[in-house]
Amino acid sequence: MSTPPADASLFLDSGAIDRILRRIAHEIVERHGDLGKIALIGIPSRGVEVARRIAAHIGQAEGKPVETGVIDVSMHRDDLSLRNRIRPVVPSHLPQGIDRLTLILVDDVLYSGRTCRAAMDAITSFGRPARIEYAALIDRGYRELPIQADYIGKSIPTPPGGRVYVRFRAVDGIDDGVWVRNS
Amino acid sequence: MSWTRKDLVSIEELSREEIVHLLETAAAFKQVGTRDIKKVPALRGKTLVNFFAEPSTRTRISFELAAFRLSADVVNMAASTSSLTKGESLKDTARNLEALLADIIVLRHSCAGAARFLAERLGASVINAGDGAHEHPTQALLDVFTITEKRGSVEGLHVAIIGDILFSRVARSNIHALLKLGAKVTLVGPSTLVPRHFEKMGVCVSHRIEEVLEAADVVNLLRIQHERQQKAYFPSIGEYNALFGLTRERARRLKPDALIMHPGPINRGVEIDSGIADSGRSVILDQVTNGLAVRMAALYLCGRVGSVTG
Repeated sequence: MSTPPADASLFLDSGAIDRILRRIAHEIVERHGDLGKIALIGIPSRGVEVARRIAAHIGQAEGKPVETGVIDVSMHRDDLSLRNRIRPVVPSHLPQGIDRLTLILVDDVLYSGRTCRAAMDAITSFGRPARIEYAALIDRGYRELPIQADYIGKSIPTPPGGRVYVRFRAVDGIDDGVWVRNS
Repeated sequence: MSWTRKDLVSIEELSREEIVHLLETAAAFKQVGTRDIKKVPALRGKTLVNFFAEPSTRTRISFELAAFRLSADVVNMAASTSSLTKGESLKDTARNLEALLADIIVLRHSCAGAARFLAERLGASVINAGDGAHEHPTQALLDVFTITEKRGSVEGLHVAIIGDILFSRVARSNIHALLKLGAKVTLVGPSTLVPRHFEKMGVCVSHRIEEVLEAADVVNLLRIQHERQQKAYFPSIGEYNALFGLTRERARRLKPDALIMHPGPINRGVEIDSGIADSGRSVILDQVTNGLAVRMAALYLCGRVGSVTG
């Protein structure tokens, strides 16, 4: 399941992904003067890698680290019995004292919005963050819920029959890239 | 690895990968217990029946709490209050529960094979909470979960299971789980309760507790099950304690980092010294906490498959 199928076309290569993530990092810094009051929260599995990379760019640009975390959404989804492919449940890890923080949820692909809703539900069981924002590497459109991202890498409208494949060397063992198959 | 079983009936039939997957899932669910709100919607709308045809407090409550934390609705049924006492067969009782649209049935029964019997006949998920002297899978899973948590891994560890092995479903499930995860297992007890034929399972058998004290990384003490013993398997409680109990004296000979486990309920002064049971080396209460996480994982994994197929 690691390599995208042959009929999917490469949309972004590793250089393009890196430039996009650096831009998102700068947008986050621009919006939040005090980096001590934000944390990047990755959604497993590949959102965790996206969050790690954005955090690294922020650390490089600003000379100080930004907090990160992981939020598991699989036990908060409302469509468990509809999905045949279920991700393994992983432990969540959030920074101490989230009530004073702006949590920026980070995922690789934004599509129906249901993952984001589940992530917000999951977070509220830990506490009440001052604010929640949302960043996604790819927005493929076709939302099923009234949700939109605060930071978007690239918009690639892809109808329900299609698929977007995001792969990272650190997770999948192949070169970074985004592939799209439209039907 | 993806979980494809609707039932959890025995450890014997699970692969090493399935056990590891269940333990990893349990680790994620254990973390839920540290949240402000210790409840997730994973099984919202599902109905779980705790069907206990044999007395149990801690296992039933553990399953009940696990189900609550997954947002399932729970109905408790004990043998004494059910129609089993009016002569209804196990299958008829269970079919009635299914007709009420129960999604998951947690079964404890005095007959070995009772859980398998229901699992093969019902569309609902069946979780074995102990069937006779056969298996008690979630107990073994919480034991290996606790060992993994404390020692990093089960692989290569020497685990001594001490006491009433013959009548123990906990011992059988533990033996299967420990061997699959690469532990060395020695069973210890009087020859009446630890017959040599257990060696066929791939474990060592010893009739002298002194032989394992210095080598064991884990000692798992089992309760003497007076209720299953129709005749005398040892002369007296006092003699059992003198020969096989984990006394202060014997505990001093254990490795400094050896774990002391017991599935409960403990008979203080019989299989374990009271002070040792409360000491820092005892992980008996960790086992109880971990039991909740392991049962959440089992209900989550099996309940999801049950709903996909059913």
